[in-house]
Amino acid sequence: MSRFHLAQLNVGRLRKPLDAAESAGFVAALQPVNALADASPGFVWRLTDEGGQDATSIRPEGDDLIVNLSVWESRQALWDFTYRSDHLELVRRRREWFVRMAEPVLVLWWVPAGHTPSVEEAMARLARLRENGPGPHAFTFRRPYDPTGHPET
Amino acid sequence: MSDADAEADPVGDVDAIAALSDPVRRRLYDYVAGQGREVGRVEAAGAVGVGKTLAAFHLDRLADVGLLDVVFRRPAGRAGPGAGRPAKLYRRSAADHAVSLPPRDYGTAATLLAEVVEALGAEAGLEEAARRRGRAAGAAAGGGDGVEEVLARQGYVPYREGGAIRLRNCPFDALARDFPPLTCGMNLALLEGLLEGMGETDLAARLRSRPGECCVEIASKNNED
Repeated sequence: MSRFHLAQLNVGRLRKPLDAAESAGFVAALQPVNALADASPGFVWRLTDEGGQDATSIRPEGDDLIVNLSVWESRQALWDFTYRSDHLELVRRRREWFVRMAEPVLVLWWVPAGHTPSVEEAMARLARLRENGPGPHAFTFRRPYDPTGHPET
Repeated sequence: MSDADAEADPVGDVDAIAALSDPVRRRLYDYVAGQGREVGRVEAAGAVGVGKTLAAFHLDRLADVGLLDVVFRRPAGRAGPGAGRPAKLYRRSAADHAVSLPPRDYGTAATLLAEVVEALGAEAGLEEAARRRGRAAGAAAGGGDGVEEVLARQGYVPYREGGAIRLRNCPFDALARDFPPLTCGMNLALLEGLLEGMGETDLAARLRSRPGECCVEIASKNNED
């Protein structure tokens, strides 16, 4: 087991509030897809709000920005869940519910195993990625780094 | 992300593809690749109708040139001292093999185009083009061939699972690793168009992504799981 785990933050700017009819498809998918994440190989942790089910009431940057913050044993484990499970359908339909953003909406970074990243820490990693592009402390699936800071291919 | 991303080696690829010119070897490769799991030499020999020594020789040759991976594994339920030697098993390698003479590099072109489609948010246009192309391919395929034959000819390596047709191979694997939503959306539209073009109105293509396979499966429209 690696001494490092992979943290990921994914943000989305809602087209309509979650209680609007237009968001119903996304809201309906939340519970099953979160359950799928929790049961996926390599899943370690995900952020939940006071409701305990998901993180949709945590709004660190305006009323319309929702966040998804989680920790995984490896990049492959997170990739397989994100793109090689029924979660992919949600990714494909994201434009129905979320505004397209020109800047990156997903950031990855390594944390010591056992560390639970805070929302502030996660938002700072995203800001870093947006400012400097991918690097050892804030990277993407397409331009990944290993825990020792070397680019991976 | 994996050995599939290894740098292209045109000379190695020539060896790999030349290895398939032997008809027995070709049949063994097709058999192993079509199973989607590890296969032993006795099983492969039986499936192809040759002796197990000859099958082992050809399977090892396929492994030498990188078309198959070799794994050693004990039969399920046997471990520890006295469990015997692990069996030598073969499975299709994840690496891509292509030979283009003179050299062509469509992979880099596809990556650049995908980057721009993504940057512009032009996925809907890509899916529309893919659907048109799928429709045309489906209309041209016709001729009494079933969906599975047509999918097999396009390289999807279809197989049945319950009431659905699953696809063992992603024809766009390298691109799908770097641009998953874009590539899988394009592939879904291609296959939706293909079914439409073939007049298969009872079948629907849908995203049912799993590790190691194509992201799409095809099932009856009435079957919602």
